[in-house]
Amino acid sequence: MKPDDPSISWVEPPELGLAGKSYLPLFVQGLTTTVRHLFSPKKTVEYPEQDHEIPDPIIYRGVHRLNRDEQGRVKCVACFLCATACPAHCIDIVAAESPWPDREKYPQTFTIDELRCIFCGMCEEACPVDAIELTSLYNLSGKSREEMIFDKEKLLSIYDQTCQAEPSRTQRSDS
Amino acid sequence: MPTVIIDGRELRLSEGERLNGIEAARRVGIEIPHYCWHPGLSVVGSCRMCLVEVGARDPKTGKVTMQPKLAPACNTIVADGMVLVTESEKVALARARVEEGLLLRHPIDCPICDKAGECRLQDYHFQHGQDQRRADIRPFTSRRRDIGDITLFVDRCIMCSRCVRFVNEISGTGELMVVNRGAHEEIDVAPGYPLHNKLSGNVVDLCPVGALADKDFLYRQRVWFLRNHKSVCTRCATGCSIWIDENQDRIYRVRPRENPHVNRWWICNEGRYGHSYVHDPRRLTSPVRRTAAGRAPVDWSEVIDEAPKRFQAARRPAGVISPFLTVEEAFLLCRLLHKWHGQVVLAVGPVPSTDADETFPGGFVISAEKCPNRRGVEAVVSHFAGGVIGWEEFLARAARSEFDAVWITAGYPLPWIDAEQASKPAGVETLVVQDLFPSPLSDRADFELPGAAWAEREGSYVNRNHWLQTARWTIRPPAGVRTEGSLFWELLGREGLYRAQAVLEEAAVEIAYFSPARGPVPEEGVQLTPPTADEPSAAPLSRGPTAIRR
Repeated sequence: MKPDDPSISWVEPPELGLAGKSYLPLFVQGLTTTVRHLFSPKKTVEYPEQDHEIPDPIIYRGVHRLNRDEQGRVKCVACFLCATACPAHCIDIVAAESPWPDREKYPQTFTIDELRCIFCGMCEEACPVDAIELTSLYNLSGKSREEMIFDKEKLLSIYDQTCQAEPSRTQRSDS
Repeated sequence: MPTVIIDGRELRLSEGERLNGIEAARRVGIEIPHYCWHPGLSVVGSCRMCLVEVGARDPKTGKVTMQPKLAPACNTIVADGMVLVTESEKVALARARVEEGLLLRHPIDCPICDKAGECRLQDYHFQHGQDQRRADIRPFTSRRRDIGDITLFVDRCIMCSRCVRFVNEISGTGELMVVNRGAHEEIDVAPGYPLHNKLSGNVVDLCPVGALADKDFLYRQRVWFLRNHKSVCTRCATGCSIWIDENQDRIYRVRPRENPHVNRWWICNEGRYGHSYVHDPRRLTSPVRRTAAGRAPVDWSEVIDEAPKRFQAARRPAGVISPFLTVEEAFLLCRLLHKWHGQVVLAVGPVPSTDADETFPGGFVISAEKCPNRRGVEAVVSHFAGGVIGWEEFLARAARSEFDAVWITAGYPLPWIDAEQASKPAGVETLVVQDLFPSPLSDRADFELPGAAWAEREGSYVNRNHWLQTARWTIRPPAGVRTEGSLFWELLGREGLYRAQAVLEEAAVEIAYFSPARGPVPEEGVQLTPPTADEPSAAPLSRGPTAIRR
């Protein structure tokens, strides 16, 4: 979008009066917020004794999963767009010709280094076939670094665990 | 002087120059989009992407008259007073319509297409296509057909017929053809006659879309991960200019690099697919020293300490300079051996060759001589030794126990020596073998040194027509391997890192043959003067782009 785009409406900042210039009203306003939160109900939880409640699992960015198609095969077509979009370079794919007649390419291996991942959700955004998605599972842990490098089987098993509670996030009309 | 006006810019042509609209526009920095036209192939004018407005200026009145219809720039030879308009509403609309038509039956499977990222259809769609589609286009999976050396994705094809013209005009094998008519046109081969020739890989580069895919490269990398490096092919004495496409020090693809003086736009399959030896796990990766106790890997420092002592104390040392070495490496090694011992005998390593050169109808030549730099190495050796000793003569003299310390460089991608030849050198007290792979000879060596492959080394090669080209290193050698150049550089006691450029400069000053290579060598290379009629120089490839055939 260019600055001269007609859909942009340009506004001027309002002229400050004496009250605005003295900062006092804003100062009081800020303090009011602070004081209000002192007495409002608490949002923090005693993790891990108490589980964090996720307001909207559909937009939460937790651990990844690899979705399966209707036939139970991995949905991914190994286009590398997630690996390209990934700012942390944590996705490693080895592509191969697919063993199925109706598909051309599939991931022979698909590895995500969950320790390297910054959970930005760019992979989910980039995926043209909605194969990689983030779930609302946030409490992932492991005893070693190797354990935190998730391979294709592990990512598919996360789908199996979560597909009931969280159906596919994107509903496309044409797929 | 004929003058053409392209988008208001004047272009002056020299007398008798024949340029088409695309080439003329390029001269003034305007790129006319095109699919089917290629400078090395005949003109068909079938894609209609290069349509431009053509007119003429009346030399007397200066009045410009435009033709009512658009004309393909590829098939319009520019003439004096011609006016081309490449950026007008009319042209833009024509381009958008062509793009729209091509996409009507295209699978749009870019995410799984190997061409994505370097695809003309993608690029031109973003530059010239429409934002909105009028037809109900859905992505689908392209049909795939095995047509021999190459895989064809039938539905991705835009029928530019570049591949068909290539096999008819350049390789002269004619396997590919267009079958069916109209919207049902497809590329195919006749049953029982698959695409199989020594230049077949070029159709993959020629294909402006992802229809023709390399079986060797298919699905291995996305092209935007690859880094492209200029290099020179070393599989035969033609010495084609190439691109090496690499990612994290692994070569995935070799493509031709345009060079009108050497290979024009093509390379052969041997050069294109012959790079896997670089990543062969059998490669030598550590210096090995043989002592009475047996063979054991040693550190490079031991080689650097020990080798000079052994050669300086030798009665009659010898060196074998491989024709796979670059000019710079050969020069450093000869200088090194000469410094160690004034009486050193220098020989040129075996020159692998097939029966005869293969010439294709398009003028491309695959040399019978399967090494890149015989001429360069011979020039260096004869400078230091006064003459050139061949491998056979060296072996015969070595068998007579003439030499007691021998340094043999090899670096051949294919096995080059058999046990019988390897057993010939007799009475050698110090045998240094620098090679890529273990061989019967390296098993006998006192020092077995791992060598670097061509893509890991830096230097210049002199091809069959005495054309010198310089290549920089493109990938790092495997751990433990030192490049020949840097080893010789250190053994000579020079400061800092090995600099091929400095060595070539030195060689150009000392050896008259290399004198045209002084100063930075241009990308395309330089012509060296052949030494006085020691051999009839092979006929050089005709210079400049191919004339457009009509």
